[in-house]
Amino acid sequence: MIDDGFRLLPEQASTHAPHVDLLYFCLIGLSVFFTALISALILYFSIKYRRGNTKVDRTPGSGHSLSLEIIWMVIPFVLSMGIFAWGASLYFSGYRPPAGSMEIRVVAKQWMWKFQHPNGRREINTLHVPVGQPVKVTMISEDVIHSFYVPAFRVKRDVLPGSYASCWFEATRTGEFHLFCAEYCGTNHSRMIGRVIVMEPAEYEDWLGGGSSKEPPAVAGERLFEELRCVTCHRPGGATGRCPPMAGLFGREVKLTGGNTVIADENYLRESILRPGAKVVAGFQPLMPGYDGQVDEEQLIQLITYIKSLAKP
Amino acid sequence: MTALVDPGSITVPDLGPLSRRNYLNAGYSVRSWLLTTDHKRIALLYLMSITFFFMLGGAAATLLRLDLMTPQADLVQTETFNKLFTAHGVIMVFFFLIPSIPAVLGNFLVPLMVGARDLAFPRLNLLSWYVYMIGGLFTLYALLAGGVDTGWTFYAPYSSTYSNTYVMATAVGIFITGFSSILTGLNFIVTIHKMRAPGLTWFRLPLFIWSIYATSIIMVLGTPVLAITLLLVGLERMLGIGIFDPRLGGDPILFQHLFWFYSHPAVYIMILPSMGVVSEIIPCYCRKRPFGYAFIGFSSFAIAVFSFLVWGHHLFVSGQSIYAGMVFSMLSYMVAIPSAVKVFNWTASLHKGSISFDTPMLYALGFVGLFTMGGLTGLFVAALAVDVHVHDTYFIVSHFHYIMVGGAVMGYLGGIHFWWPKMTGRLYPEGWARLSAILIFVGFNLTFFPQYILGYLGMPRRYHVYPPEFQVLNVMSSAGASILGLGYFFPLTYLIWSLYYGKRASSNPWRATGLEWQTPSPPPTENFVQTPVVLDEAYDYKRMDGQLAEGGAA
Repeated sequence: MIDDGFRLLPEQASTHAPHVDLLYFCLIGLSVFFTALISALILYFSIKYRRGNTKVDRTPGSGHSLSLEIIWMVIPFVLSMGIFAWGASLYFSGYRPPAGSMEIRVVAKQWMWKFQHPNGRREINTLHVPVGQPVKVTMISEDVIHSFYVPAFRVKRDVLPGSYASCWFEATRTGEFHLFCAEYCGTNHSRMIGRVIVMEPAEYEDWLGGGSSKEPPAVAGERLFEELRCVTCHRPGGATGRCPPMAGLFGREVKLTGGNTVIADENYLRESILRPGAKVVAGFQPLMPGYDGQVDEEQLIQLITYIKSLAKP
Repeated sequence: MTALVDPGSITVPDLGPLSRRNYLNAGYSVRSWLLTTDHKRIALLYLMSITFFFMLGGAAATLLRLDLMTPQADLVQTETFNKLFTAHGVIMVFFFLIPSIPAVLGNFLVPLMVGARDLAFPRLNLLSWYVYMIGGLFTLYALLAGGVDTGWTFYAPYSSTYSNTYVMATAVGIFITGFSSILTGLNFIVTIHKMRAPGLTWFRLPLFIWSIYATSIIMVLGTPVLAITLLLVGLERMLGIGIFDPRLGGDPILFQHLFWFYSHPAVYIMILPSMGVVSEIIPCYCRKRPFGYAFIGFSSFAIAVFSFLVWGHHLFVSGQSIYAGMVFSMLSYMVAIPSAVKVFNWTASLHKGSISFDTPMLYALGFVGLFTMGGLTGLFVAALAVDVHVHDTYFIVSHFHYIMVGGAVMGYLGGIHFWWPKMTGRLYPEGWARLSAILIFVGFNLTFFPQYILGYLGMPRRYHVYPPEFQVLNVMSSAGASILGLGYFFPLTYLIWSLYYGKRASSNPWRATGLEWQTPSPPPTENFVQTPVVLDEAYDYKRMDGQLAEGGAA
């Protein structure tokens, strides 16, 4: 069950959460200090220099002071640059998954979350993950923009149509936590919610083993690769001459006609399947037909997972 | 301001409002109002129109807060809820906040403060009101015909492809109204450049004029981008040209860049004029020059410039590059500096003042407090990792209400009270006015402070149904909103009452400096009998009080 007691701070359930909270507390400290300073000064001046008080020195000063102005520009500047650097470094680590993260695929649509685990097990609106294991979620939307938000993990990322977005987390304790869609996505936006269930690794393995009709995405991708006749040209064994080799392609830098280069990441593979003419590899003709409209988001994910699984020859 | 026709007398001989021709009694026909080119009458037309829209937007907010008292959907259906928050946002932003101070107080005061007979282009000024009304009616039509459910941000591809509501009519309304804002801004810029009275140099200008000038620059440069963005949404929606929807080959992030390129600076269209109002009120009720005049003035320009460089902080979680996020985060902190400079200077202005706590001053001090809190929570949302957590939650809702309601509306109400005698020739009842200023301050904090906590707990914005553990804070917020609503209801009532029964105001009831106080209340159509000549810096309260004392002794 999700803990639904009254509280003033959200639960901390990821490795990232305490870091964000520490920055948050420092910001609260800073804000309380400055609000108190300004309020105290206003109150003090208001009482001391109230019109009725005639016994106070009101000899006017110069009305300006360069040194004061510099002080109250430099101090906020230095403080804010400190906060900037702190927030930025956390942001960087918060969006850079560590090597060896377990990968979960997410397809969002109005108004549900579809998850697929590495062994092929699928679930809807509930996400089971093991504790103590970095999990990378790679997400795409079938329609409008959604946003994957787990408050207890302090993690959020918009889920876009047309390109993959990802984020990661490492849960630190078992339990159930809210999953919200944070980007307004139409009528039932507030019902596009779910649960993240964090389990002990052994329990998670058991859970993964349950369920029916499991086919790991890479296997499903290989089957699709045959069915869609991709193999005719892109023979896994080696190049046919008509197309660039696919083994070991993922993550490599690719030279394009026109002289540009691109990293062969998931978004590049996706685009090259749907609209092969958009970025043609240097030295090859744009012969491949586009698959836009013929494969859905889940099949695309399977194809890409298969291509990723092809090792270097 | 010691700006005098005849430097010997500061108080203008007041012949009594009734015996004297002024801009209000210059004509009573409907035609004399609807075809007027008098900036003061146009200001009143705007005042009535934006008050109407404010009540409409407020009614939407009332229903939202009522519904949110329970976690379930009970008062309205979810479709209606979504239309209500969209209506609230669209009306309050585009039809109340953006025109509020510039179009009402700016229109009324800019010519008076610079000692001119009218704005540079009086007919253009009237046109801008008509343009505003046409845009407003289009939007009103969209709301009555069935509503819009995209949120005031119109994020694509939801708005451009998926929503089945009256997106186009609303967008056309906003598109049209944008031109009114451009025309008003243009009018102010030209007036401030070309029509200042003899001797009124830039550094003798009231700070309100500085802030209106900075606001006008944003209006003229930013608004066209909003118009283009809405046009592109229309092209995609009606002709299926792929601009934002990836299915048609578009890019949804492009929409967000374009939208916030206007809509972030738009926040400063709302807050800068309020800062100008506060910079007028504080010196008057402290009887001294504001501390650091030049710094308050130039910080308005710094804010205007930086406002165009920070739009990307709305996109920290939406898929712009991580490095772009870092640049925008750093630039966002730059806006904090001129804002902090203003707050410190206003506070320092109280030092050695002779402070009284009349209604406008209560609003001004409330503004400083609430703006400080809104500004400081801006540091939270500009901090990348914290924003990732609070983005699109109630934390954001609370943060921008502290700026736009705690800041902009407090400043607007303070200004309305401060210049009410000048505009109408009548005084408002001080006791009621102070009471409502306090009610608004308390009600505002009770409404929006719980929302900071809700947001950090993770409650997303635009949620009709929500998990039960968020209910307590939502009930607190709704309870506060009822106090806030009461606070807004009072001025609406007693200000109208004062038009008939209020005490008659002298030309300068607050003994304020500034050219607008050197002419009778209400001013004659031509503003000044003789063109004023300005001999000294603004806010010379010492000299003003000295002369009054002498006058009294003699």
